[in-house]
Amino acid sequence: MSSIAVSASSAIGKTAAADTGVPVRIAVRNLNFYYGDFRSLKDISLDFYDRQVTALIGPSGCGKSTLLRTFNRIYSLYPEQRADGQILLDGQNVLSPSIDVNELRARVGMVFQKPTPFPMSIYDNISFGIRLYEKLPKSELDGRVEEALRKAALWDEVKDKLRQSGMGLSGGQQQRLCIARTIAQRPEVILLDEPTSALDPISTGKIEELIEQLRSEFTIVIVTHNMQQAARISQFTAFMYLGELVEFGPTTKMFMNPSKKQTQDYITGRFG
Amino acid sequence: MDTALHKTMAEAPAPWGRVRRSRYIADQALKVICTLFTLIGAAVLGWILLMLLVEGIGGLSADVFTQTTPGPGSTGGGIANALVGSLILTFLGIVVATPIGVLAGTYLAEYGKSSKLAEVIRFVNDILLAAPSILIGLFVYMLMVQPMGGYSGWAGGVALAIIAVPVIVRTTEDMLRLVPGSLREAGAALGAPMSTVIIKISWKAARAGMVTGVLLATARIAGETAPLLFTALNNNFWFNANLMGGVANLPVMIYQFALSPYENWRELAWAGALIITLSILALSVVARLLLRKDKVR
Repeated sequence: MSSIAVSASSAIGKTAAADTGVPVRIAVRNLNFYYGDFRSLKDISLDFYDRQVTALIGPSGCGKSTLLRTFNRIYSLYPEQRADGQILLDGQNVLSPSIDVNELRARVGMVFQKPTPFPMSIYDNISFGIRLYEKLPKSELDGRVEEALRKAALWDEVKDKLRQSGMGLSGGQQQRLCIARTIAQRPEVILLDEPTSALDPISTGKIEELIEQLRSEFTIVIVTHNMQQAARISQFTAFMYLGELVEFGPTTKMFMNPSKKQTQDYITGRFG
Repeated sequence: MDTALHKTMAEAPAPWGRVRRSRYIADQALKVICTLFTLIGAAVLGWILLMLLVEGIGGLSADVFTQTTPGPGSTGGGIANALVGSLILTFLGIVVATPIGVLAGTYLAEYGKSSKLAEVIRFVNDILLAAPSILIGLFVYMLMVQPMGGYSGWAGGVALAIIAVPVIVRTTEDMLRLVPGSLREAGAALGAPMSTVIIKISWKAARAGMVTGVLLATARIAGETAPLLFTALNNNFWFNANLMGGVANLPVMIYQFALSPYENWRELAWAGALIITLSILALSVVARLLLRKDKVR
């Protein structure tokens, strides 16, 4: 079973490499998603490239967040939601029942639209995820917390108040705390679900800068309603509409010279 | 442009004075009636408190806290045994009720949600919440007092626990439901199993409300009389070390002493009533402060 999956993914990897020269990290194949009886993703097939930022765009309700939520199977918290098809992460189908979802989620981190600091200290917020899977001596844990906060460009602002509650930070700081919490676990993929839609322009700028830096280490998928943001920070863009993938390609091509008229209309603001 | 505006304004009918006077009167009347009835409610409460203070303070003395309840016909005496007995019974009740209530409330909010079983439990819990407390006293009488061959502090504690459980179940569930689902998702997204999400995130986020629920349940059972009449009963002595036999307690002591023909008994009943009311008041204030502190943070 797994050998088939591996060979399938390596085949995908080859074609992708031929197209772009970048290996594929996540390969989505014939993915369908259902909320009860409603089919909200229709036969999606799409590749996400290693250490690249891929933006998912499209009007509200098009399924972009739903697609994101399949990669770490967070939807499975809700019994009426289910997915079928394949999502190959390094060649392994994450939708397979044999995959341990908690382990999967440690490998595929997620940051949400609204900042979600836990009701505990800044330090405990960051160490929460690490402690779940690693037993580290205190000094090493301290190092990991600092490293994560530095990578999230938050260290200088919070280094003197690590024992204070994470709820006391500003919205933008809280969101960077959540990003730090995610990268502290050293995941392979980071999913960002409209991470800046609740933030002011300055905080948004900081997060965008951060995403640019994180790209050297992590494969990033970001859902955004902000066209300029997609153009600024992503290397690839997928445009979705009514649960279907309309067009996927390098961001420059998608924004300068899309092949589909629907994409052109959406990007230029004529509908959506 | 300027003149055109003036012209239309002059021509337009004046927009004022269209609301009928009766509407103002109805509007004011509702406000007055609501205020009046609020005052009536508050006045009754104030009256009770005032009466307690006036009648109770006179009876307060060092003896009240050091002497045991006097026998019929004797003079003086205190209510030390009833105070300590009440503390023991309330403590027993809350120690038994808290784990059951908190875990059941957690089941309803985190696991059962809107499942059939959860709906049934919620319904039964609401019935228990409204059940006459004397029924619970009778139930425990059959369950424990008869088989064990007599009244006991244990039976009293269990009866009080049965009163407290539904209160704690309800507040625990309500408080956990106030924790945003996004926090649980964020925990799960880090690969935390559900048990970790509940213990480290949900409980932590809801803890002030949950503690408040336990405090309010404590206040509730501290003043319960009926469930103790058939279980712990009362007596005029210190409790037995094994808590078998009657255990003196404030509510039943007040009930018995207040109806007695002896002057010193009635005075002690007033003192006991004052002490128990002030304790419950203090518990409620602490509970409220806890909740407020949590909201500010």
